[in-house]
Amino acid sequence: MQDKRNRVLTGTHFEMGNWACTEGAIAAGCTFAAGYPITPASEVANHLAARLPRVGGTFLQSEDEISAVCAAIGASWAGCKAMTVTSGPGISLMQENIGFAVATETPLVIVDVQRLGPSTGVPSVGLAGDIVQVARGSHGDYQIIALCPESPQEMFDLTVQAFNLAETYRVPVFLMADGFIGHMREQIVIPPEGELAIKQRKIPAGSTSPLERRDFQDVDVAPMPVFGRGLQAHVTSSCHDEHGMRNLSDPAVMHQYVMRPIEKIRKHRDEFVQVQADHPEAKTALVSYGTVSRSARAAARLARRQGLDVGTLRLLTCWPFPDKEIRRLAAKVDNLLVVENNTGQLYPYIKAEAAHACRVAFLGPQTLGQIHDPEFILSHIKEMIA
Amino acid sequence: MSVSEHPLRKYTRRHITRTTTCPGCGIGTVSQAILRAIDELGLDMDDFVFVSGIGCSAWIPSPFYAADTLHTTHGRPIAFATGVKLGLPDKNVMVVSGDGDLTAIGGNHLIHAARRNVDLTVVLVNNGIYGMTGGQTAPTTPRGLTTITSPYGTMEHHFDIAPMVAAAGASFVARWTTYHPRQMTRSIKKGIQKKGFALIEAVSQCPVQYGKASKLGSAVRILEYFKENSVRIDKARAMEAEALAGKIIVGEWVDIAKAELTQEWTELRRKLREESECHKLI
Repeated sequence: MQDKRNRVLTGTHFEMGNWACTEGAIAAGCTFAAGYPITPASEVANHLAARLPRVGGTFLQSEDEISAVCAAIGASWAGCKAMTVTSGPGISLMQENIGFAVATETPLVIVDVQRLGPSTGVPSVGLAGDIVQVARGSHGDYQIIALCPESPQEMFDLTVQAFNLAETYRVPVFLMADGFIGHMREQIVIPPEGELAIKQRKIPAGSTSPLERRDFQDVDVAPMPVFGRGLQAHVTSSCHDEHGMRNLSDPAVMHQYVMRPIEKIRKHRDEFVQVQADHPEAKTALVSYGTVSRSARAAARLARRQGLDVGTLRLLTCWPFPDKEIRRLAAKVDNLLVVENNTGQLYPYIKAEAAHACRVAFLGPQTLGQIHDPEFILSHIKEMIA
Repeated sequence: MSVSEHPLRKYTRRHITRTTTCPGCGIGTVSQAILRAIDELGLDMDDFVFVSGIGCSAWIPSPFYAADTLHTTHGRPIAFATGVKLGLPDKNVMVVSGDGDLTAIGGNHLIHAARRNVDLTVVLVNNGIYGMTGGQTAPTTPRGLTTITSPYGTMEHHFDIAPMVAAAGASFVARWTTYHPRQMTRSIKKGIQKKGFALIEAVSQCPVQYGKASKLGSAVRILEYFKENSVRIDKARAMEAEALAGKIIVGEWVDIAKAELTQEWTELRRKLREESECHKLI
């Protein structure tokens, strides 16, 4: 067993998804986390509170989720790799300041261990109900990155990736877990420290005046003028120019203020958008993401055993939306069944990219609150093919 | 022609040449008190991070001060500042914002930061009304005052901010009005030097909105009102409640030493590191 004082707990573990997420954060170099207790995400915060001070970091139990996300943004500007962790109700509270992180191009990881909603809903049951709210829930137009793990192992891997993406592109990155994989125990393999590729944000050197620098709105990602280094950074979420200086009168600046952070993500999306396909020649494909991908794969396997030509496509990145990847798939298949553990949050986006080329249908769980039974998916595959 | 520069100009961004305040606003007095405190302490602006929220007084540091400035969302500067301070424990982190920002929408963060005793210096500019949005009732508006959202007079009671924050656990709490700029400067200096949560409530005039609502009118009339109605805290302690009605109690409520959050964190990390080194030796 590894020494718990180490940053990277290299080895094979049998632990919860929420444990793996914490270890992914620590391995990625997280030094600040803030959170408020909430089921089914609490174990991440609990474990961070124990682990962070041992690796030189800080954990703040905030008075609410608004404070948690604000403190994490503040810590990110102080130069820390920062995160917060919550579930749907907490995301709802954070939304205004998620917009702040977008507008100020702040690297930040937000872990959402989703639960059944709306409102207080069912705390302990996983349901991917926040997929659209993390992309569209804050006011105004913007673009974030969101990743969808399907296993405790990916709670580790994709948390590391979330930090790398946040640091590389100066953007809030969401890890869209849910109560099922958060609480599921499985084998987790943590590689040796040297095998983990860890990214750091760029910081400008030299000049003490933001007017002589370009601190914001570079589609190739401006170096971040973190606080405490005499850079005299001017940071505001109000409309600002590339120096960070407020400008509420020039429409050209308003256009850049909204568009450049969006274009930044769009321009680089091919560097990080990930989907995973099996049996790419199959004429029927199941498209899914997160926990339910496990059922989709099992259903496709059952179908193939019965002689049906079925493959799967899993979205590891759900935002920016993998539009090209869906179009490519739609061009090859006759049937595309969208399997989501909700009432169809990504279905309209998938349909918009695919419906011109193939038949598209949606399948939610047999009962909301239960993960899809592979047999249930199989019966719908048969219906669609017939 | 010789041009003389304001002695505090060196603390502001060179390219910023205009303020956003209305004529007669008290913000200039508060801003000078802050910069004078920094000047008299011999500190550098690079030793500071300034965090502000939304409202007129949130514009005191941003964009003017030549330092790292973080202009945040409404009500949240203390929450942001807590993260900044925990990430940069060696810097002075100062929050400058108004009564609406810090006691209405952001009230919870204010009392929790005081409870945590995190080393922030909060200069809370209290003008008793929402100025920027057009003169709405604030949690600090005196009962009975007619405002644009209480056209029949406010029926609610107002927050007494300084003693409230003192009760929440702050290490240093003072209140002065813009009629007391020297005392205010002294208290801001103490607040900056205090290892712990420090609040300086700066009661300030808003001649445009509060002046209209209270019918006091001009800045001078409001400053005269401050002068005539301010009672030093030591005197107030000996006075009956009735005699204190409508008075502004000024002075220092709290000035104590107690365990501070960022120091506690530094100590904890040091202890755990030593423990770990011991463990490795064994």
